[in-house]
Amino acid sequence: MNPTAASDAAGEARSRQYATFMVGDLYFGVDVLQVQEVLRYQQMTPVPCADRVIEGLINLRGQIVTAFDVRRRLGLPPRSSDRTPMNVVIRSDDGAVSLLVDEIGDVIEVHPDTFEDPPPTIGRAARDLLYGVYKLEDRLLLALAADKILKV
Amino acid sequence: MDEQQEIVTEFLIESAENLNQLDQDFVELEQSPDDRELLSSIFRTIHTIKGTCGFLGFHTLEAVTHRAENLLSQLREGERRLTPELTTLLLETVDVVKGILGSIEKTGGEGDDQYSALRERLEAVADAPDGLDAAEAEDDLDEAVEEADDVEAEADSIATAEDDSSSEDDSVVELTPAAARKPAPQAASAAQEHDEERSAHPHRLHAADANIRVDVDLLDSLMNLVGELVLARNQILQYTDTQEDAGFTGASQRLNLITTELQANVMKTRMQPIRIVWSKFPRVVRDLGQSFGKQIELAMEGADTELDKTIIEAIKDPLTHIVRNSCDHGIESPEVRVAAGKPPRGRLLLRAYHEGGQVNIEISDDGGGIDTQRLKQKALQKGLIQPEQAERMNERELLELIFLPGFSTAAKITNVSGRGVGMDVVRTNIEKIGGSIDLHSRLGEGATIKIKIPLTLAIIPALVVTCGGERFAIPQVNLLELVRVEPGQEQQIEQIHGSPVFRLRGKLLPLVFLHEVLQLEPQAEDESVNIIVLQADEQAFGLVVDGVSDTAEIVVKPLSKLLKGISCYAGATIMGDGKVALILDVMGLAQMGGALTETRSHGRSSVESSQDTALDKQAVLLFRCGDRDRLAAPLALVDRLEEFPRDRVERSGGRLVVQYRNRILPLAPLSDTIGGGGGGYDDDKLQAVVFSYGDRRVGVVVDEILDIVEEQIRVRSASSERGIQGTAVVGGKVTEFIDLRSVLAGCDEDWFDGRSEETSQPARVLLVEPSAFARGLMRGDLEGAGYRVVEAIQAEDALSRLRRGEYDLLACSLDLPAPGAAALVERARAQSDHARLPALGLANPGSTTHVPGFDRCLDKFDRSALLRAAEELTAPASEAAGVLR
Repeated sequence: MNPTAASDAAGEARSRQYATFMVGDLYFGVDVLQVQEVLRYQQMTPVPCADRVIEGLINLRGQIVTAFDVRRRLGLPPRSSDRTPMNVVIRSDDGAVSLLVDEIGDVIEVHPDTFEDPPPTIGRAARDLLYGVYKLEDRLLLALAADKILKV
Repeated sequence: MDEQQEIVTEFLIESAENLNQLDQDFVELEQSPDDRELLSSIFRTIHTIKGTCGFLGFHTLEAVTHRAENLLSQLREGERRLTPELTTLLLETVDVVKGILGSIEKTGGEGDDQYSALRERLEAVADAPDGLDAAEAEDDLDEAVEEADDVEAEADSIATAEDDSSSEDDSVVELTPAAARKPAPQAASAAQEHDEERSAHPHRLHAADANIRVDVDLLDSLMNLVGELVLARNQILQYTDTQEDAGFTGASQRLNLITTELQANVMKTRMQPIRIVWSKFPRVVRDLGQSFGKQIELAMEGADTELDKTIIEAIKDPLTHIVRNSCDHGIESPEVRVAAGKPPRGRLLLRAYHEGGQVNIEISDDGGGIDTQRLKQKALQKGLIQPEQAERMNERELLELIFLPGFSTAAKITNVSGRGVGMDVVRTNIEKIGGSIDLHSRLGEGATIKIKIPLTLAIIPALVVTCGGERFAIPQVNLLELVRVEPGQEQQIEQIHGSPVFRLRGKLLPLVFLHEVLQLEPQAEDESVNIIVLQADEQAFGLVVDGVSDTAEIVVKPLSKLLKGISCYAGATIMGDGKVALILDVMGLAQMGGALTETRSHGRSSVESSQDTALDKQAVLLFRCGDRDRLAAPLALVDRLEEFPRDRVERSGGRLVVQYRNRILPLAPLSDTIGGGGGGYDDDKLQAVVFSYGDRRVGVVVDEILDIVEEQIRVRSASSERGIQGTAVVGGKVTEFIDLRSVLAGCDEDWFDGRSEETSQPARVLLVEPSAFARGLMRGDLEGAGYRVVEAIQAEDALSRLRRGEYDLLACSLDLPAPGAAALVERARAQSDHARLPALGLANPGSTTHVPGFDRCLDKFDRSALLRAAEELTAPASEAAGVLR
């Protein structure tokens, strides 16, 4: 139910580049232009009393970056304790923020023809965070609305 | 005069920059003569220079620029089109202006040349109708070139060395190759003079060359980088200790030194001397002295003391206010002074100096001092203190009265001070930047105000503590002392009605446990208890932490917007090991821990505060009643504000009523419900807030209506007090929200029963809403309409309640945290008892959308829609719901 966002993504005729990553068994992508950098796991300072989605603060070369747990935001079960998350640092109006994801994928090019609005059957929590779905040959790429993730 | 010089230098730097821009602008303007914006910009530049030099007393410059301005204004208004000749003339003017500015910089004066020819020509052109005739133009041009040469000589002689401008001069010359190139003798001699001067002061650069303007953001990013460098340096130094290699050790030592120096220098770039603020005071003092008929001498010491730029900005107004106060109230008129055996001329001393990493600023006068007895009378008269209280106050406490809001001792209100918005604002502003203000006074001898402020806001000294395995920094400004309670020690923590306190030198110190506020697991190192005594507002409280590790200078970094709402953090910092630590906000902690409001029970507030984090933008009415200074009610429920004369109030059946709009309006003195006196029993007039519920109205009597504000309101805690729904921060102050239900029920017993009598079995509503504020409001609405309401905060909670009981309606916020509202409805209906449970979606104002699964979705603050929907969804029991779905 996000007509403006969906048309933003679909309306543009040329292909876009997406930085991709895995969270659980879901394959996500964010517009590569939004991504500042990708980092291995960083030491994190938890913020008591903050929303549970906020995993903590990391020191990114002197800049304090808030890290979001994408799993928690999507209502997925927590990641197993033997795996450390990766940081996808994206630019936002509120400075850089980091999305904690399971695995980093490639930067891929997608064509708008393969775009479709999110199907109504997927949960509302997840659907709100998506612009839509790109039907790749072998799997589906979920286009993540990064700015929505940050609204908790 | 030093200050004058300062202003002139600033004027010169600014003008030089603007004039360089002008050259470029004019050339561009020639290409596109109709560019309004460009013209306006040029006009503004000339106008600024004219204004400033008039103020500084440079009359030749003023006269020249004034005429240029006239011309430009015609161009701007479209009365005249720009011709190349006109451009030349204007550029020439710019050069003359540069010449004069150069002269001012070197000699302090404008020079002897009046530039009358140029002035006349500017005037002639301005007076002439549009389109100069050719001959006149040529004439003018010849003249212009002559003078341009003249100016060129001068301009060259001044060490402007600006390629732009000299090439401009060249292009002027090329326009008329026939013109004589003979420099005027006067200009030549002037040039010679300048040359001599230049060789005499070879090191002295042009003001514009010695300074550059740098974006503060760039400086900030430099600061950040240096901070990082310092961390890297620290790591290298640690590593060096384990190394034997002499070459490496040497190199890292050098790195150490350079880094330290670099850090100091980068810090310096943000520093400015306090002189910048002080420089306007001589004028202020002089003018004030004249208008009051006083003689005041201003002395300054330590004007070079440097402060961070942001602090300089912040202290400007408070300092000005204090200086004005001293002139107005402090220093006496000459007659009074002579009579008191003092010299007729009063003395005001400004002193600034560094002390212990802070800057002290003292403003002292040798005036009459502060009469504490008069302060006392004034405070009593204004009702700021009670008579019994006044008797107990010592001199110091009496002096402190001056900082109370609404206090002003001036007998008559002058245009400078005495409006009663004085010293409390000064104190607030100083404290906002982590400073403190102190007042000393001796009657008849004078007063001294001492301000302590941090050197910089960016770097503050802090105490590092640990709690629950994490480190936190506490700004030292708030720190009073550290107390350690050993296990065997006689004095231990005691409890008052569940609230822990500690006897500190005979006084009770309320305690706040950091791990409770932050909901962490305490990891105390041993049995002893560490209490950090902190000052929050007027109240001291003890913060109990697991351990105290160190003090450190920390760099304050702001938190992301998402975390700004959490009041216990002031920011974050990066510690020496590169890890992030949170900086605690002492005021916020005190509030969250309940140390500021004595009525709140300790445990409850810390739990509640973490739950009620939803933000709702709301219009609320603020009012005062009895001993409660700040009460609030949602404006949406207020019908009108009324004032009733005392004699119109009648009694009926033991209740106060008043005839209002042809009906009888019951009045409910608020103090009947919440206690604490007040409620206008004694006044001639009653202030009433008229609330309406359907077609009923009730007037709630309060003492005074304060304000109406609209902002995001965070409910800090629910209250168990009668008549109070909870506490929130509104307009930066703690405010109590009245519980309208109990207030109204108190005045009109059948207020809420009326509805429930009609329906024998009240419908049961499960209200799921994370925000306590919205929950309380809707519960009141629904109960007022006769429903039985059970509350749940989130989905889990709601589901377990649904399992335990039967409900007729699920009213659920659409902004539930995961799994979310839609999932809740789905799961609720999966329970066999509630398979056909109607669901009402409650959206935040402005974001109402339909969500599948819900029978209806509406704005949660739209009371009538809510009640209508609830009635429709529950009315003919399940049939309607079934059809709707």
